[in-house]
Amino acid sequence: MHTKPSDSADSEAPLDRSEPPAPQLQEGPRPISSPSPEKRPRSRFGLRSLLLPLLAIGTALVLGALLIVLTDVTVYEAFLENPLLGVGRGFAVIGRAYGAYFVGAFGDPVQLTEALLSGNVPRILRAIYPITETLRISTPYIFAGLAVALGFQGGLFNIGAEGQYFIAGLATVFLGYSLVGVPQLLHLPLALLAGMAGGALWAAIPGYLKAKTGAHEVITTIMLNYISFRFAEYMLDVGGPMARGDGRPVSPEILPSAYLPQFFPGRIELRVNFGFFLALAAAWAVWWLLYKTTLGFEIRTVGKNPRAGRYAGINVPRSIVITMALSGALAGLSAATDILGVLRFMPNAFFSGYGFDAIALALLGKSHPVGVVLASLLFGALRAGARNMQGIARVPLDITSIIQGLIIVFIAAPEIIRQIYRLRGRLEDDGLALARDWGEG
Amino acid sequence: MRKRLSVVLVFVLLFSLVLSACGREDRGDFQVGMITDIGGIDDASFNATSWAGVERAENELGIQGDFLESQAQTDYAPNITQFINQGYELIVTVGFLLADDTAEFARANPDVSFAIVDFSYDPPIDNVRGLVFATDEAAFLAGYAAAAATQTGIVATFGGINIPPVSIFMVGFESGVNYYNAQHGADVQVLGWNTAENTGVFVGNFESTDDGRRVADELLSEGADIIMPVAGPVGLGSAQAVQEFGNAWIIGVDTDWTVSAPEYANVILTSVLKNMDVAVFDTIEMASNPDFQSFGGETYVGMLDNDGVGISDVAAGAISAEVRTEIEALREAIINNEIDTGWAGYIAGLN
Repeated sequence: MHTKPSDSADSEAPLDRSEPPAPQLQEGPRPISSPSPEKRPRSRFGLRSLLLPLLAIGTALVLGALLIVLTDVTVYEAFLENPLLGVGRGFAVIGRAYGAYFVGAFGDPVQLTEALLSGNVPRILRAIYPITETLRISTPYIFAGLAVALGFQGGLFNIGAEGQYFIAGLATVFLGYSLVGVPQLLHLPLALLAGMAGGALWAAIPGYLKAKTGAHEVITTIMLNYISFRFAEYMLDVGGPMARGDGRPVSPEILPSAYLPQFFPGRIELRVNFGFFLALAAAWAVWWLLYKTTLGFEIRTVGKNPRAGRYAGINVPRSIVITMALSGALAGLSAATDILGVLRFMPNAFFSGYGFDAIALALLGKSHPVGVVLASLLFGALRAGARNMQGIARVPLDITSIIQGLIIVFIAAPEIIRQIYRLRGRLEDDGLALARDWGEG
Repeated sequence: MRKRLSVVLVFVLLFSLVLSACGREDRGDFQVGMITDIGGIDDASFNATSWAGVERAENELGIQGDFLESQAQTDYAPNITQFINQGYELIVTVGFLLADDTAEFARANPDVSFAIVDFSYDPPIDNVRGLVFATDEAAFLAGYAAAAATQTGIVATFGGINIPPVSIFMVGFESGVNYYNAQHGADVQVLGWNTAENTGVFVGNFESTDDGRRVADELLSEGADIIMPVAGPVGLGSAQAVQEFGNAWIIGVDTDWTVSAPEYANVILTSVLKNMDVAVFDTIEMASNPDFQSFGGETYVGMLDNDGVGISDVAAGAISAEVRTEIEALREAIINNEIDTGWAGYIAGLN
């Protein structure tokens, strides 16, 4: 992050500076471009704005714990023996499960300290493995979450991130295995660009359809998802144009010159790679675009009120297509980094779920890049921890899906949290940057 | 919602099973970890059947078994790592999509034994046992029985995705029908699969019972009166369609559907059994033996001969006593390699 922290808190001044070509903006649509009501919640991107999400996460974890207890037979057995024993057993079960959850996401603090003190490199690597896996899962989450968040900022509901992920995956893996004899300095960026371009083009289609015909992007992106799934199937099926040819419906392996460099080369279980830095850079770029450039201002203005944008001289159709294309490029990067950094090939029946989780991430992060990064780290930790919870405490993965779902419910309906914790506050304060023109086109 | 509920209930059931086994406290110190493919442990198909083999080993051998579910392709590697870090001696991965990760970790961890369902390595890896199935042998018998049982002269099959572990059922099925035609001078047709052209009907997933119902309705309306769906739980939707249509049969796959889906027992002609539980149990028995050194890269091939594959009893009244005798004779002939069930030719035709 190369910016002064004060910049993010105070976005009004740079916005006006970057807006010379539209002078009428100053008088006409002032309430719509609305820097003042918008500035208030963002200037409080501190403890206050973190309170609701933290309470939502905490409440979801408590309900998840209840579920873990309710699905544990030993608790019932202990309860039948003696109700008090049952309660004790319940807490023991929760402690074991959430302990494993934590260790799976961040590592065992004792082991980590001992390993660091011992100075034994293999031991240290083993102790930090959970954190590396959390960061690895967070990487595609950040990209996909940014994709949806950018769409929200522009008033567009991009449900097609999953489909864009597939198309980008195909483009990336094709360049990854077909460009022979190209140095890594050229091959890797080209493969990444292919992913961005694939995602951008695929997302620009619903953008164009919306701009030209008014077709709602929710419908068109969902439909394009199915087309991209089936297209990927056709390409990768046994005997398909991109199948490996060994009787399995998978693409050939990409060449080493297209690999994203690993943090720990030679350690196959430590899969975190430079894709994570790319994701952080993308978050910064999205923030810069949205709050420091004319284009970003246009995107946000159209997102708040396309009519006011048109009145202010913004080319609304162009803005819609650009927003969708940028959103698709980000979704494409989540596929590209997954393939170039982790998978190294693309299988048929490739399923990520990132595109759909991304909607939750954008909501949880309030469509702000910093929020999306934090939300992605949280979901990454939840998913990495879930594995250990299943392995050690035998708690099914579905519990994690339920906890994630509950977090979203509480974020989307903050009144529930306010009621539970008797918080004061107004609805508009945490209004979501959702599309406001549903059904209008 | 109902699916979630059933998932929870299945887990409650599984937990009680697992825990009741633990309750005896006679679990050996041999630990087996199974890693499912994306379908999850309760897919009523290959993940569930493989897990049944682990459970049997828990009961009969006193080993300790655990599973981890995969939700995405990127989950395979950390799931394997989880078991390695927990010190498991044998790791069973289910499905050929896990082949690359399994190979990579097997080479990096020569002290751990691995087994993989539906895949074998060429060249073999010393500490990995591939578990593959000559399902065409059993499907051949089912095709023969179907050709004898059809009233309309049209039988059908369809698959989930066109991958070898699926198409092998369809190739064997078609070969069995063709063999019946040649033996009896009949002209029974097969809808939904053509071995020579490598084309067929595929729903594109292994989950949607709605798809199974829709495809079955189409095949029934085209005159087929026997359908073999090779798509895991998708086929249960087909079974329902067949039951409502009447005067038609369904052929189960992987497990005996009269046991796993008894509500459709009256329309189940037979089931093509792919006994992954037998293979997994066999592997655990082998690896947990105190004298065990290494798999030496061997491959387990489930055949009619070793009960790795088979067919369940054909429904009473569906075929004549003579045909039953013929099927028994065919079984022997296949075991003795006297009949070609089509798979080798199909694979050769692909390359």
